[in-house]
Order: sequence, then C-alpha cells, then structure tokens
Amino acid sequence: MNPTLLSPEGLSGLVFLGLVAVTIAGAVIATASKRLIRSLTGLVACFMGVAGLYYFLGSPFVAMMQLLIYVGAIAIVIAFGIMLAEPDESKLATKKSGLSGVLSLVAGAAVAWGLAVAALRADWMRPAVKINDGSVRDVGMSLLTTYSMVFELVSVVLLVAILGSLALARIGRDKE
Amino acid sequence: MLNLSAQLNTYLVIGAILFGFGVCGLIRRPTLIGMMIAAELILCGASINFMAFNHFLAPDPTVGQIMTLFIMAIAAAEAAIAMSILICIYRDYKSIELENLEELSG
Repeated sequence: MNPTLLSPEGLSGLVFLGLVAVTIAGAVIATASKRLIRSLTGLVACFMGVAGLYYFLGSPFVAMMQLLIYVGAIAIVIAFGIMLAEPDESKLATKKSGLSGVLSLVAGAAVAWGLAVAALRADWMRPAVKINDGSVRDVGMSLLTTYSMVFELVSVVLLVAILGSLALARIGRDKE
Repeated sequence: MLNLSAQLNTYLVIGAILFGFGVCGLIRRPTLIGMMIAAELILCGASINFMAFNHFLAPDPTVGQIMTLFIMAIAAAEAAIAMSILICIYRDYKSIELENLEELSG
C-alpha cells in the first residue's frame, strides 16, 4: 500500500527520491562535464547523495564517515591535484574522435544494465534471525573483536600510503 | 513510488547505475585525474551494494558497514598514492594527458 504524500512515511519517501536524484545527477555531471573542476563538483554532490542513502539504510555512522572521508578528504585531494596540474580537457576532447564517446557510453550502459538485471532477477534470501541491530556500538564491538586484525592491517596500509606518497612526491625536489 | 526506500532492488539498481557511470568515465576521460574521479564512482557503487545487502539480507548487520569503512580507507590510500604518482608524472612530462604518456603502452 502506498503512503499518502503528507504522512511522515510519504515525506521521507520524497526525501529519498530527492537523494536519489542528487546522486544520479552528480554522477552524470562527474562523467559528462568537460571541465575537470565541474566534474569534481558533481562527484561531491554524488557522494553527499550516497551519504543520505546510507542514512536510509540505517547507519548514520557510515553516512557521517562518507561525508568526512570522501567529501572532506578525497575530494580536497583531487581538487589540489587539479589545481597543481591544470589539465585542460576541453582542448583534448576535440582531438579525440567521437567514436570513443559513443563506445564508452555503450560499455557503461551495458555494464549497468547487466548488473541491474542480475540483481532484479536473483531470488534473495531474507535472514531468519538478526544477531544484532547494527548500531554504532555493535560496529565498534566487532571492529575490535572479530575484525581487529583487518583493522590493524588497514592502519598499516594507511601509514604505508602516507610514507609512499611523501617519498614519491619528494623525488626530484632537491635538484631545483 | 514513495516507499522505494524500503526495497533492496532500489539500492542495487542505484549501485549498478553508479558503476556504469564509472566505467563510462574511465573509458572516455583523456586525463589521469578524470579517470581517478571515475574510479571513485565505481568504488561508491560497490559500497552502496555492500550497505544494501548489509541492511536487508545479512544476519549480522555490522559486516557490511565494516566492509564499507574499509573500502573508504583503501580509497583514501589510493587517492593519496595516485595523486603523488600524478605529481611525479607532471614533473617529468609537464602534462597529465594520457596521449603524452605513451612510453608505457608497450
């Protein structure tokens, strides 16, 4: 049965539709715009929409982490990259033939269609019982018990990434 | 239309659409930064799938959240490394356009 538009369920459904629209529009801008800085803006919009979807999926913690890490850190790193290297894609796009654009659209549409059809046709099994409710407390408990090894390994990976990026960016600086 | 948020299929289709946009961007972008933006879209589509299965199907609904957090950590590491490689390439070639990087094309 459908909730009416002005009931709480209907309003939350409207908010959900708005978030989906922001996500898809952001992805379109990120893929299709000619200037890189605009496509980065589209990516940020897409990430914010996805954070809202995570909220609807019952985990505000992951939604906040999405905003913090993707919008706050990764987008800023990419923005610095764009400002440092100043690529001008508008000149390049005219050099490339129109065929590659069409082919990329076909490839992307084929992948998305295949995944969506596979997801819609599958017969998903609902679990008989849930052993916890997925709250922040439960996430913290399993991060520090069941997944503590992976947790430590991820911190080592991040440390190596920091050291590696420092070492890579430093090469060639002393000569100048 | 208004109770779409309570269905698993909605999220799976959104994830598939984001993945498709990512693949499309990865092919058609002529610069490395554009390809990185497309790769982030692909990772985001994968994370949405993890979170959807976590909410609707997993008996232990922390697994998908933890997986998504790990994907975010790996994506952050990837962005940092890719950006420093990009700065190195820019220093050597004075551009990050893929046409000028043909020494690696074998």
